[in-house]
Amino acid sequence: MSAVEAAARPRRNIELVLLVLALVVGIGANAMTSINQGLSLGNDFWMQSAIMAVASLAVHIALRFRAKYADPLILPIVVALNGLGVAMIHRLDTASTPVADYGDVQARWTVVGMALAIGVILFLKDHRMLRRFTYISLILSAVLLVLPLVPGITAGDVNGAQVWIRIGPASFQPGEVAKITIGIFFAGYLSTNRDLILLAGRRLGKLQLPRFRDLGPMIVAWLASIGILIFQHDLGMSILFFGIFISMIYVATSRASWAILGIVLMFLGAMASSEIFPHIRLRIDGWINAFDPEVFGRQYGGSYQIVQGLFGMANGGLIGTGMGQGRPDLVPFAHSDMIIAAFGEELGLVGLFAIVVLYALLVTRGMRAAIGARDAFGKLLACGLSAGIGLQCFVVMGGVTRLIPLTGLTTPFLAAGGSSLLANWIIAALILVISNAARRPIDTTPLGPDETPAAIPPSSAPSAHRGGPAETTKTQVVKQQ
Amino acid sequence: MNQAIRNAWVAIAAMFALILGSISYVQVVGADELTSNQWNNRAILQTFCQDRGTIVVGGQPIVQSVPTGSESCKFQRQYLQPQLYAGLTGYYSNIFGSTGLEKSVNAALTGQSDQLLLDRMKQLFLGQQPQGASVELTIDPAIQQLAYSLIPDGQRGSIVVTNPKTGAIIAMASKPSYDPNQLATHDQAAAQAAMAKLQGIQGINLNQSVGGPTGALLAPGSVFKLVDTTAALASGKYNKDSVLPNPAEMALPGSSAKLPNYAGGNCYTQTQASFAFALEQSCNTPFASIALDLGQDAIGKQAAAYGFGQDAGNLLHLDYQSGVWPKNLDQSQLAQASIGQFNTTASPLQIALMTSAIANGGVQMKPSLVKTVRAPDLRVVDEPKPEVLRTSTTPDISRQITEWMTDVVSNGIGKGAAVPGVQVAGKTGTAELGTSGLNNSWFTGFAPADNPQVQVTIVMEGVDVATGAKLTSPSASKIFEAVLKK
Repeated sequence: MSAVEAAARPRRNIELVLLVLALVVGIGANAMTSINQGLSLGNDFWMQSAIMAVASLAVHIALRFRAKYADPLILPIVVALNGLGVAMIHRLDTASTPVADYGDVQARWTVVGMALAIGVILFLKDHRMLRRFTYISLILSAVLLVLPLVPGITAGDVNGAQVWIRIGPASFQPGEVAKITIGIFFAGYLSTNRDLILLAGRRLGKLQLPRFRDLGPMIVAWLASIGILIFQHDLGMSILFFGIFISMIYVATSRASWAILGIVLMFLGAMASSEIFPHIRLRIDGWINAFDPEVFGRQYGGSYQIVQGLFGMANGGLIGTGMGQGRPDLVPFAHSDMIIAAFGEELGLVGLFAIVVLYALLVTRGMRAAIGARDAFGKLLACGLSAGIGLQCFVVMGGVTRLIPLTGLTTPFLAAGGSSLLANWIIAALILVISNAARRPIDTTPLGPDETPAAIPPSSAPSAHRGGPAETTKTQVVKQQ
Repeated sequence: MNQAIRNAWVAIAAMFALILGSISYVQVVGADELTSNQWNNRAILQTFCQDRGTIVVGGQPIVQSVPTGSESCKFQRQYLQPQLYAGLTGYYSNIFGSTGLEKSVNAALTGQSDQLLLDRMKQLFLGQQPQGASVELTIDPAIQQLAYSLIPDGQRGSIVVTNPKTGAIIAMASKPSYDPNQLATHDQAAAQAAMAKLQGIQGINLNQSVGGPTGALLAPGSVFKLVDTTAALASGKYNKDSVLPNPAEMALPGSSAKLPNYAGGNCYTQTQASFAFALEQSCNTPFASIALDLGQDAIGKQAAAYGFGQDAGNLLHLDYQSGVWPKNLDQSQLAQASIGQFNTTASPLQIALMTSAIANGGVQMKPSLVKTVRAPDLRVVDEPKPEVLRTSTTPDISRQITEWMTDVVSNGIGKGAAVPGVQVAGKTGTAELGTSGLNNSWFTGFAPADNPQVQVTIVMEGVDVATGAKLTSPSASKIFEAVLKK
């Protein structure tokens, strides 16, 4: 912590330089596609690149004004990933007949996502405000998760999962937004109750067993995850929710026993569901016996998709075929679930490593914000959201490379999908806001007019004391002003 | 709490490390296996429209790439005399992948092989279209044409002609054949329709591993007696003067069935026989008694020495199935297996290899199909030399068997294979297919017996005895004559 505070500089100029680099990566990848395919760069390309650049700069400027101590790496990383995603989706559009326009749609959603991020940065002065919405977030999460099952607005079964709603012409995946609200709920609930969970209960040897009633949230989270699996057939989202919860309760309690209990519950749930639900069984069969002719040729729950993805990645090899020069279009859902395979083919092992490192850096910066945050709520929220991104990457990339069964999760910022993009931009903005709070120098001047202590929810004050001895003294410095 | 966050970070970092590991596995370690997977048609799609090398026979192209005039796919594979060579060339399709030589010498045809690295770099620097090497085969077009025409249309059969001294394949034809142009067309719907139609034809050689001279496993019948004879002489228990029991029928141990000699021949005239007589007349009981005497392991060992169940070496370039000497036989099954019935099977090429070994003093040469590989500037980049595959038997034993096989053609039931002025060695076989009255009819032999230049193996599937006799030995005679006249 002291290192962070000693270097409490805004670093916005570094961010600007990196942001330009990130834009060069994304726009460059888009240009390479056209050049490699012998197409000229049309008006659409320039227009879209310009809009992308302007929108990214707008986020940067918003940070300069409202969160100038925010982590300087997060925005460039996200813009680079987002830009690469748009480029690859464009590239896949050119290979489909008739030519599709997922790329344009993705570019539009990117602008909307950036606008939402700006909104979060401008209006969320202090992330602790979100703590007020702990239980509202719980209700919101429940509503969002149930929406796809409500007759009238449900989009029904899309590719085996019931996770979409449709209102008029627009369709949306509410589960993506629920990632955020559920993160807020857990952060709020755990920061308030972690002492109880931590101290009450019997010891059994070295293991501190939780009290049964303190197990409540874990059981609720577990049931919710199983519910997603049963009613929506969405294995990926189910694992993601429960994983976020486990990481947050572990961080809140610092007890490995909780994490182990959670992982055991997850395995039990997974094993039971693979026994009970045929679609889960097929997924696992398609994973283990991917090269069995019968499994390969099976129309539903077969391994055609994953095997084609593997072929593509093998084709890319070490350095890839180059943008626009492979055949990533042979992989079903290359622009969404399988976009990692497309990158593996055209950018090769080198490119894919770079992407993984970008994600690892993003998660690391998010975790760094969590460490630096001066309140338990902020720590938990930043940690949970970052862990969510990391876990989501693991589930998707592990599935595509056949490390684990393939599940239908999107790759954050890369994959086509408006809901996912919006939700992830909001998450990025939240982490930026928390990192700003973490890196901000301790204010020794009198509070400004818009920085009245009233802006801080009353309940967060005691919670600050729970952050550990180091944090306690520092927050007291602020309060003594 | 901060320590817990660091621990959580370590857990996630470990997950990312796992991902890096699995990416490395897919893209580097396991990449070759994935690339060569039978379902992977990326390689074909990538080079499908390039100017592939020609396949040449006797100086004339039999497969070439011709410009389409279309910008999106510049070249189309074209098969000249498609039916005649389909079993060798296979097809090159962007839907069904590739088979035959199109698959096995793909690296040369696309110019990707190591010897062509400099040519590839030159093309790259000069901005030329990539161009593959041409592959010339050991096939003699006249003999190939003759062999193909000797199998009547509508008849399933194969003919393999080789040079026993070098292993070079002179002709290899089988019917039914097909037109690879129909599968190589860029019109995918037409290709799919053609494939659906072809798959209904019995015994067709679309995939080298399931049909044709190198693949179809058939009961070899009496030609397998050459294995028994070799094993007998090699055992030391028998010599050229041995007298073999030759009852008209033989009780099969542990079974009520009996193994008879062929009723139509001259076997019934003697109850005891010399090797010469038993081979000349192709009597069953003497060889069954040898097999029962020597045991199944001795026969199996000799079969393997002739190549049964073995690899054919790296010069063949076609998917190959050799043959099967069955395992765990009881005495009754052993007696039947020893005369090429029961579960004994062989591909036509396997029988050709066996006969070639006898012709070549007991030394089996690797069957080879590629004569030269030439770069686009006609420079020879590869010219495989004859290589020994394995030693099947001794020169003495092979000389002795050659002598008896000469009798088969001069005095015995292989008379049809005789060529005026040339000593021909041969052996016929008639493997019964159940009780239908239909047989697989075989001839295998070589000429001249004292200095073998050519080996011919013929099999006609599902024929009656008279048709079989007409389509095998006399055809062999024509091929011997045609090759030796050159």
